[in-house]
Amino acid sequence: MKFNHELIEKNIGLLGIFTVIAISFGGLVQITPLLFQKDTTQPIEGMIPYTALQIEGRDIYVREGCYNCHSQMIRPLRAETERYGHYSVAGESVWDHPFQWGSKRTGPDLARVGGRYSDKWHEVHLIDPRAVVPQSNMPAYPWLMENTLNGELTRNKMEILSNFHPTHNMYSEEELAGAKKAVDGKTEMEALIAYLQSLGHALR
Amino acid sequence: MSNFWNIWIIVPTLLVIFGCVFILIACSKNNTGIDEGKSMGHSFDGIEELNNPLPKWWSYMFYVTIVFGLIYLALYPGLGSYKGLFGWTSSNQSVVSNEDSKAAVEAAKAEDRLSQYDREVAKADAKYKPIFAAYLATPLEELVKDKEALKVGGRLFLQNCSQCHGSDARGSIGFPNLADGNWLYGGELADIKKSIMDGRNGMMPPKGGLPIDDSELKGLTEYVVKLSGREHDAALAAQGQGSYMKGCFACHGMDGSGNKFMGAPNLTDGAWLYGSHRDDIEASIKNGRTGMMPAWKEILGEEKVHVISAYVYSLSNK
Repeated sequence: MKFNHELIEKNIGLLGIFTVIAISFGGLVQITPLLFQKDTTQPIEGMIPYTALQIEGRDIYVREGCYNCHSQMIRPLRAETERYGHYSVAGESVWDHPFQWGSKRTGPDLARVGGRYSDKWHEVHLIDPRAVVPQSNMPAYPWLMENTLNGELTRNKMEILSNFHPTHNMYSEEELAGAKKAVDGKTEMEALIAYLQSLGHALR
Repeated sequence: MSNFWNIWIIVPTLLVIFGCVFILIACSKNNTGIDEGKSMGHSFDGIEELNNPLPKWWSYMFYVTIVFGLIYLALYPGLGSYKGLFGWTSSNQSVVSNEDSKAAVEAAKAEDRLSQYDREVAKADAKYKPIFAAYLATPLEELVKDKEALKVGGRLFLQNCSQCHGSDARGSIGFPNLADGNWLYGGELADIKKSIMDGRNGMMPPKGGLPIDDSELKGLTEYVVKLSGREHDAALAAQGQGSYMKGCFACHGMDGSGNKFMGAPNLTDGAWLYGSHRDDIEASIKNGRTGMMPAWKEILGEEKVHVISAYVYSLSNK
């Protein structure tokens, strides 16, 4: 069989295979090396693994789609670092699967929101953002106060997260054993606030 | 980056670029055996494929993108750990701590190869650092008379403080009003600056941690209402005074005028952080309250806190 463009044009399967090979060069060159670099796979100094309650809070953050309006990615531009603090680096996201960088800022960036506001402020603000910021267009999340967690899966979540740690041993046996107790009966509000307050302390 | 990954990046990148050149040249020649402009022999629904060459403008554009790509890869980092002739970087992406970040900037400065971000910051620092240094060197008593400094402070307030205290600084339930002249931790310039620098942690335990029975709450509430000078039920308030003397005075004072050293509110000034209604007051006594102001020293730095302090003071001292 003669190998010419007619062969590829008339055989959709072959065309597909060659297309995939052609476009995979970009991914192979740009993405695969990052999976093996220290900069992008090791946590930076002072990163504290999420506690049981913070892991549950993070799952609520994902469930409620906070990433649709809030980024967690401070770019290296002075206008951003003046407002939010030190620009984000890859080593800060190594435990985030999926990452919460986001791509759109209807609300402010949250990469370093930890410690900027009191727990009470977060509570009031999540129940009704207009109670503290009249100009806000953020939706209200009052049900977070009513829903409670039971911690059935918390231990599993911690064990999975542990796999991303260089030592594969991020939590002690006591921490894993106490995971359910640390979460059981807590409101989703408490968990989410615990997560938000944990964000971005490693760099300022 | 190890040699392996350098090769992994550089070889395919250059192969793809030069492969494009090869395909482009090969496709520019007529090797179909059919004259230019003649039919290729395909006809679909009366539409015929003619053997026309690639449009010239299109192939030239393609060559331009290839040349552009090669020049770009020579000037900027793209080929593995090759830094490019300009030595350009966007930021110090591999820093692992605050100290490391500062050290990276210093090291780059010494070698005169600051990243784009650090150059931007250095330029801004050259312009703004002396201004803020001058503000910091000015005693707050003087700074409050500086119209321009207050304007700067106002901007910083809107950006960092308005989320809790409101854009008009009039607060909301649970978040202090900064414009009404009533202060939990003192309204002197030094008090305000300390509140912002180090933050404040106010805590009233349920019933002040005192042996107060739920049945006493109505009376105690009435007594607090009396302290603030509002209309009240005298008999009920008299009962409540007894409860007050169980220990409330330790923080709020015998006369209810509060204590700025522990942030115990003045109960006589008519300012109610958690609501003035009897139900609100009763809830405050019954459940206690916690108020927490974060510390801003680390986040903003003393220069900015200094200017914000002057602005906050100016709100209630026109």
